[in-house]
Amino acid sequence: MPTISLPKPRITWLQVTTHILGWLPLAWILFDYFTGRLSVNPIQDIEQRLGRIGVYFLIGTLACTPLSTLFGWREFLKRRRALGLYSFLHVSLHVMVFVDLDYGFNLSQVYALVTEKLYLVVGTIALLILIPLAVTSFDYFIHRMGRNWKRLHWLIYPAAILSLLHYALAQKGDLFTLRGNILKPFLLGILLILLFILRIPSLRRWLSGFRSKLTVRTHHLPQAHKITPG
Amino acid sequence: MERKLKHVEIPSSEITPYNLYLSRRDFLKTAGIVSATAFLTACGLNLPSTTASGTAFPTGTPTQSPPVPDSGQGQTTDELGNPLNTLDQITNYNNYYEFSTGKEGVNPLSKDFKTTPWAVEVGGLVQNPKTYALEDLFKFEQKERIYRLRCVEAWSMVIPWTGFQLSDLLDEVQPMTSAKYVHFITLMDRAQMPGEGNPLYPWPYSEGLRLDEAMQRLTIIATGLYGQPLPNPDGAPLRLVVPWKYGFKSIKAIVKIELTETQPETMWNDISPNEYGFYSNVNPNVDHPRWSQATERRIGELSRRPTLMFNGYNDEVASLYTGMDLRADY
Repeated sequence: MPTISLPKPRITWLQVTTHILGWLPLAWILFDYFTGRLSVNPIQDIEQRLGRIGVYFLIGTLACTPLSTLFGWREFLKRRRALGLYSFLHVSLHVMVFVDLDYGFNLSQVYALVTEKLYLVVGTIALLILIPLAVTSFDYFIHRMGRNWKRLHWLIYPAAILSLLHYALAQKGDLFTLRGNILKPFLLGILLILLFILRIPSLRRWLSGFRSKLTVRTHHLPQAHKITPG
Repeated sequence: MERKLKHVEIPSSEITPYNLYLSRRDFLKTAGIVSATAFLTACGLNLPSTTASGTAFPTGTPTQSPPVPDSGQGQTTDELGNPLNTLDQITNYNNYYEFSTGKEGVNPLSKDFKTTPWAVEVGGLVQNPKTYALEDLFKFEQKERIYRLRCVEAWSMVIPWTGFQLSDLLDEVQPMTSAKYVHFITLMDRAQMPGEGNPLYPWPYSEGLRLDEAMQRLTIIATGLYGQPLPNPDGAPLRLVVPWKYGFKSIKAIVKIELTETQPETMWNDISPNEYGFYSNVNPNVDHPRWSQATERRIGELSRRPTLMFNGYNDEVASLYTGMDLRADY
């Protein structure tokens, strides 16, 4: 069942935080650029930062449902779209920097790389998945596509896995023997797996059951909140 | 009350002397300004020269290049006319995982690295094994060599090294006829090199060369750059420089050199043997299995330039590999 509530024109602090977080990385990059804080290899610096931030937002998008299950706070669900689009924003800029600044619009070279190098094949597939997800993120499509909208947006799972794999494969090190410079993508992978586990329906039911039990208990002790520490 | 005060007291040994603290701040400030200007100059001034150089170096066609001169004193370009990278660039963008996996993290973390006293043990299959104090190594003729350094990550710099030919040192210790390889090992000191506590790497860092590669005149042990002692982030007090190989072959902070009969274990080869071969010669035609090696970005330039065979040292080193399949022996 689609969970669309009537929009209440009310700004929440979670909403404000989401949008501040959404623009902060770009502001940071611009600040570093204008104050000369980028590395002496600035194009690569910007390119890699944008990519990493795109992955962070993608994982943030996927954290909304588990967070709402864990804390019973449904407002997390309302921030998914914004987080997803911020991810897409950074991923798009990452790709633009790659094609334009890094490879100077040498499209034949870009094409050769994108089709030959595994990390780029994987990254390109992730991008190709994210494009239709971003395009159909408007209310118009949610209403119009009905059941198919959910089916299409299920693709965020493979997109997240592929994005992270793209990141890990671009590092100097071996993801499979766990050696070299792969600590960050590895930890993000563990986080992603955890988020996936929290989506297992039976675990989810158990968690929300456990939480409502807790809520009931605290409701039985309303005075407890009023006791002030001495 | 008195007790409480005693509790927060800091031992005087832990307090940074004020003048030292100030000079640190000054350094950080100037470092910031210098890198800012470097970036702006890089953007503003190097753009036309980049496009010009793009046509000057066609891919994979090693033109007859002049041999690298022994003295580059006062020169502002390498033998191919490439301008030098600035000291600021050379000391603030370093792959030196003993300190940090972040290239800009190395400089601050290596600031207090202790390079004196320093000794290098030269042994293994040699007639005259010897442990050299750092000062002893300056008896070998110090030369200025301007070399291109090409990182396996596809960026590069032009660096004015000073140092001596490794062959001078090897001639003195006299390798036995059974010696076929030279093995180099970096200092292992977790207290000073925090990265060596990272369990994802087989420390200490080690590298190796075939004996004939080690004897090649371009192979040097660098003791300085830009006419000053080797800066800490660049491998002080002494490092290997093998300009026709990817940068990771040029091992830093060497404490041991050993002549062996069999091919020595090397760190990156140990981590990922199908990606980092023992030879690791710069070769635009043999890709790293995961990324292309056809082009590189010279630090300070905006567009990529084609990577040259043997990093442009084809004439001097190609003969070392005649009859070898460089695709198999990558």
